[in-house]
Amino acid sequence: MITIIDYKAGNLTSVRRALGHLGLAAQITPDPEVVRRAERIIFPGVGHAGAAMRVLQERGLDDALRAAFARGVPILGICIGAQIILSHSEEGDTPCLDLLPGTCPRFTLDDPRLTVPHMGWNAVDVRQPHAVLQDLQPGDEFYFVHSYYPQPEQADDVYATATYEREFPAAVGRDNLFAVQFHTEKSGRIGLTLLKNFASWTP
Amino acid sequence: MLSKRIISCLDVRDGNLAKSIKFVDTKDIGDPVARAKKYYQEGLDELVFYDITASNEKRQIMLDVVSQVAEQVFIPFSVGGGLRSVDDCAAVLLAGAEKVNVNSAAVKNPDLIAQASRAFGAQAVVLSMDVLRVKPTPEIPSGYEIIIHGGRKAMGVDAIQWAKRGEDLGAGEIVVNSIDADGTKEGYEVRLTRLIADAVRIPVIASGGGGTPEHLYEVLTEGNADAALIASMLHYNEYTVGEIKRYLAARGIKIRERW
Repeated sequence: MITIIDYKAGNLTSVRRALGHLGLAAQITPDPEVVRRAERIIFPGVGHAGAAMRVLQERGLDDALRAAFARGVPILGICIGAQIILSHSEEGDTPCLDLLPGTCPRFTLDDPRLTVPHMGWNAVDVRQPHAVLQDLQPGDEFYFVHSYYPQPEQADDVYATATYEREFPAAVGRDNLFAVQFHTEKSGRIGLTLLKNFASWTP
Repeated sequence: MLSKRIISCLDVRDGNLAKSIKFVDTKDIGDPVARAKKYYQEGLDELVFYDITASNEKRQIMLDVVSQVAEQVFIPFSVGGGLRSVDDCAAVLLAGAEKVNVNSAAVKNPDLIAQASRAFGAQAVVLSMDVLRVKPTPEIPSGYEIIIHGGRKAMGVDAIQWAKRGEDLGAGEIVVNSIDADGTKEGYEVRLTRLIADAVRIPVIASGGGGTPEHLYEVLTEGNADAALIASMLHYNEYTVGEIKRYLAARGIKIRERW
């Protein structure tokens, strides 16, 4: 059973539907006790890092996630869930969960024709092999919608990158934590493959 | 770099595919969910569903369609038609759409764009505009005027100015639909598309007039569009998504080639 954390951050049902399509059982919960006991966690979301952190704290989900991480449970962050696992986000100058040392800077681009948010399909290049990223081929594209991105302190924590004027981390992780900046649940067949890989990942 | 997107628009009336598709003799043609799934599997990048249901009582049917699409189609899609309030927008997002598409209601009440953008984020709000070529006047200096109610009512609003205003109000993308080009299959309104794409910093989706892959190439290059909307090219089975994409890739357009 995969537990999807509900912290009022966007459309959680799209992740559940993608898992359902793959025949994978999932539950959506706002309950920190359920998160503490979860065997596998997806931490999705869209929106504002500050608002997301506030709801996590109000619901006691921040400590529950830290406890689950410490227990070695496989955790997959998606989009905002790939940002607020870091120490800090520039968005609203927000202290974050600090599961992964690093920050979330906003895109600063030289080309005035490039828009922020970075929105659309972009290629993801694998930098280090990871079980969740297996089956990815060079040139595979995923759907992105974001203005900030995760920047871990350690280069070893970056598993894949994408390029928008310059390279930025698109998949990060450490130990039992893995996170993708793109919306893998909306990225077609290859995106679904990644979710399937996560469901069978043993860190 | 981002890929240029190929988006298809499906008009839905009372839960069935409508308008340009109704004469085609295919068993599943009337089912928007089956069509959407087919295009998704063929490599389409994004979908738009436009609800042209006349009565409010039948809105629930559209929400059921949205929900069924979300169960089977794992690419982004937006829903428009008849969205007049933030609550209307919330209902389609909750049913599984990524984005809402506002048109006439936003012209009449521009604050709808701002409200929806605040509630759901700019990335979830697409401003769709129907544009008619007119004689330039002091009111319409560009010679392109905003028309609402499916092309029936001129609003005395300049299209370029409306696009900029929409961006300022918080729209995350703009669909530029040329009424002059729509249905002609003779090519997009490249000049109009470029004027708007150069006036705003959000993605611009060209709509109306696409009949051949060459037309898409023109509007994605000369027109500076980030995406091209197609309808009859796919609905009449004249081209597959793969054929269009292979053509564009061969001409050097960055496009999502594997799916």
